[in-house]
Amino acid sequence: MAAESGKIDPMHQFLVQPLFGQDWQIAGQSIAFTNSALWMAVTFAAVWVFMLGGLKRELVPGRWQVAVEGFTGFITNMMDANIGPEGRKYVPWVFSLFMFILFANLLGMMPVALVGAHPFAVTSHLTITGVLAIVSFGIVLVVGFAKHGFHFFSLFVPHGVKGPMAAAIFPIELISFLMRPFSLALRLFVAITAGHILMEVLAGFVINGGNAEAWWVAPIVSLPSFILMVGITLLELLVSAIQAYVFALLTSLYLNDAINLH
Amino acid sequence: MDAEAAKLLGAGLAAIGVGMAALGVGNVFGSFLEGALRNPNAADGQQGRLFIGFAAAELLGLLAFVVAMILLFVA
Repeated sequence: MAAESGKIDPMHQFLVQPLFGQDWQIAGQSIAFTNSALWMAVTFAAVWVFMLGGLKRELVPGRWQVAVEGFTGFITNMMDANIGPEGRKYVPWVFSLFMFILFANLLGMMPVALVGAHPFAVTSHLTITGVLAIVSFGIVLVVGFAKHGFHFFSLFVPHGVKGPMAAAIFPIELISFLMRPFSLALRLFVAITAGHILMEVLAGFVINGGNAEAWWVAPIVSLPSFILMVGITLLELLVSAIQAYVFALLTSLYLNDAINLH
Repeated sequence: MDAEAAKLLGAGLAAIGVGMAALGVGNVFGSFLEGALRNPNAADGQQGRLFIGFAAAELLGLLAFVVAMILLFVA
């Protein structure tokens, strides 16, 4: 697209297109199998294969098992540190969340366009990150109300705040609590979207510079852009991991609020 | 002013917010390193807080980016 038109179109990569089943419908809504669904399935399969390969429980773990145990140990330690012993119950959810986001981010960065497939970053869509955030937030609400009943609302009045001050702080804390799913979803979605736009724009510089008529454009524009792009790609790999970690970390902190109430 | 020009100017101004978030993120990691170099033993225990601070500072820059994108592509 960028090469043909000469104009960079960084948003094209986020287009959700149906692959097959265009005429499948439920209640008038199309439920075609899209490229987004395909990449979610690929992510799911990759996580499954990765986990199965390491779940042999050998006494002397091989390389694969060490890798899997590294991930599980990482999340379990995080939950233990942030929630305490009661956090063990919620490790499966936070771990699935972490692995899905991490693999989706990394798979969205794979250079599969070299073999003709179109990579698609699942987490670059607010619908998907939004659902993940809503499920996380829903778990926090269910756990909080099931454990503490209406005492859960004391979460919105910090310790030692009394009288009129509590009345003033309550709505502020309530709003900041209700903003949590939005900030969770937006952070992941925007970080991945911005990274992919940045890489697409730089790639457009490289290709358009190479196609330019004047000879000096390629070395002056394309070469520095290409070098910068290598660095940005490394940065985006780091961001993929950090965003998955931050999502899991914030989920564990919110769970901690619901379980331990300050 | 032309409405289209105003949108583009607004999107450009939103980039200031992204730069400010860069200052914030740099401050978070800089302060962490400053403290970590003084007391390396305590540094590992604070990594969770480091990333919470990072996430909070980064979110505001990302919101500025969202504003720019909304101005460019939605509004």
